[in-house]
Amino acid sequence: MRLLEFQAKELFREYGINLLPSKSSATIEEGRKHAKELGYPFVIKIQVPVGGRGKAGGIQKCQNDDEFELKYPQIMGLTIKGEKARAILLEKMADIKKELYLSLFLNRSKRCYTIIASPEGGVEIESVKNQIIKEVGLGDVSEKIAREVAKEMKLEGKSADDFVDILRKLSKLTIEKEAELAEINPLAIMQDGSLMALDGKFVTDDNSNFRHPELQKYQEKTEIEERAEKSGFSLVELDGDIAVVGNGAGLVMSTLDMLSDNGGKPACFLDVGGGATTESVYEALTLLSKIDRIKAILVNLYGGIVKTSVVAEAFLKAYENNLIDVPVFSRLKGTESEKAKEMLQGSRTKIFDSVEEAINAAVMGVKK
Amino acid sequence: MIDIFGILKGKPGESDYNKKGVIVQGITGAYGSLHARNMISYGTNIVAGVTPGKGGQKFDDKVPIYNTMQEAVDATGAKISIIYVPAKFFLGAAKEALEAGIKLLVAIPEHIPVRDTMEILNLANKKGAVIIGPNTPGIMIPELIKVGIMPPTPFKAGKIAVLSKSGTLLYEISDALTNAGFGQSITIGIGGDPINGTRMIDAFDMVKDIPDLEGMVVVGEIGGDSEEILAQRIIDSGFDKPTVAYIAGRAAPKEKRMGHAGAIVMGTYGSAESKISMFNKANIPVAKRPAEVPVLLAGKMEKSD
Repeated sequence: MRLLEFQAKELFREYGINLLPSKSSATIEEGRKHAKELGYPFVIKIQVPVGGRGKAGGIQKCQNDDEFELKYPQIMGLTIKGEKARAILLEKMADIKKELYLSLFLNRSKRCYTIIASPEGGVEIESVKNQIIKEVGLGDVSEKIAREVAKEMKLEGKSADDFVDILRKLSKLTIEKEAELAEINPLAIMQDGSLMALDGKFVTDDNSNFRHPELQKYQEKTEIEERAEKSGFSLVELDGDIAVVGNGAGLVMSTLDMLSDNGGKPACFLDVGGGATTESVYEALTLLSKIDRIKAILVNLYGGIVKTSVVAEAFLKAYENNLIDVPVFSRLKGTESEKAKEMLQGSRTKIFDSVEEAINAAVMGVKK
Repeated sequence: MIDIFGILKGKPGESDYNKKGVIVQGITGAYGSLHARNMISYGTNIVAGVTPGKGGQKFDDKVPIYNTMQEAVDATGAKISIIYVPAKFFLGAAKEALEAGIKLLVAIPEHIPVRDTMEILNLANKKGAVIIGPNTPGIMIPELIKVGIMPPTPFKAGKIAVLSKSGTLLYEISDALTNAGFGQSITIGIGGDPINGTRMIDAFDMVKDIPDLEGMVVVGEIGGDSEEILAQRIIDSGFDKPTVAYIAGRAAPKEKRMGHAGAIVMGTYGSAESKISMFNKANIPVAKRPAEVPVLLAGKMEKSD
């Protein structure tokens, strides 16, 4: 899961990484209290799980009460890359000498953790040429390695010491919380040479959630997502009107691609998984029935271990209980597909021999 | 270099040539028992199962069950195992297998923490063992041996190697290949996780020198850069067998995990465009739909004739 900035900073604070005073709030009343406690000037920062906040106007300086009353609700009302504000962070302003970049991330191609550091911070790391890259196995950064990186960064004195300290704490945090990414950008050098984390990005490995009850409070899930997870489905909500259902992440992605190529707009990605049963597919249909924007359902199944007849049975049950009132366009292939086709004969499910035909019919059906 | 055929098939003259023994870890579970039966009926030589506490019993009155991997390996001499235990027990089961001398470990479970996968990989490197997966459909030489969960119908023996991150797309595309007359010499499930025991390039190294290989199909998806690295390796190595790719996830939104833990685009890293443009650079056509794969492959073969 991806933590919000203020949540990442909670963890940074717990691990002793230097931070500016800051407070997060969900309402302007709470915010006003924090404003008094912090004192002007400070920065108002929107809390959304995406980047590009500054450019979108989600991070603004605030000098006094009048500005606060104007900017707080305005920033709270922003939607950035489709994401609404989860909270607002008020953070004291800093007198900065220089901005650095530091992160520790799971390097997929090298299959190890890797440090990226740069003397040029505060911008997207992809655009920075001057990168120091070090592979560190399972994520443990020794004093020696941290010193080497500090030296390559040309840091000296207090700044070098602080850098080593922060990098080692970040390493401990990454290992203990099983992070895929722990990033501080910018990591600021203050006028007195000390270092401070001005922003924080922290992404954990969802598959390790069961070992981290302490991170549960950061979990953000809609009721539908939660129910999907419980049933062993993968569900990603999208903003179109045709629900895409299938078995296997690859096949569902592929169906999504073909639907989009043909001018259709997917309403969701729903992978019923390898262990689908009549009950679990029925539950999937129940979840879909709760998403109002869905005008049609596109089903693409390649029955291997999952019998397509099991899926057909779930549809019949759903029709019987009036769960679904939108048209269903499906392509069923593989195990027991002949039986499944027979079962669905005359029902609201229209069956096609190829996925292309099913997609075209779904796109036409929604246009009507 | 890993001789994957040596492990799965063996050499003529060996007493177990074409019938290498496979141990099933978690053989008494619902999933493990289903797939153990399916593998047996496919012709895979399942020589033992392991379920702690059930040692001494027999699976389906035939396959001996042991409490530990060490006992199972000692009794059978098998070098291959397949794991069907829940994700949280994977680390323990896999360690046991490698310590007991397993050389090819197929890791079926989904949702294994990345840290556990990395730990097992470190151990596998020390022991000189190969891990396929996790979150993989497995590996098979059609009509000879299946160590995985694939349904049998899409596959036919032949001369095309298929490497795939996805399970169902492997079935779908192999089915299309089979129907077009392209049988498969081997199919390798890379898996849908961010960290793979056998990456695309590792799988490529396993298959590129198959003497009668006639072509290769790469089924990738968004996330990571293993397809890009593979394309670069193909360019650098001068591999000239007809090759076709398919990439799933062109229409997926950024920063959302699409079912597989590894299927996520971060900025431009892991995007379909990046993979497609690298394959284009390597002169490898990328199919728009699974059904197009055999068509493109046939086209490539005509050109290379």
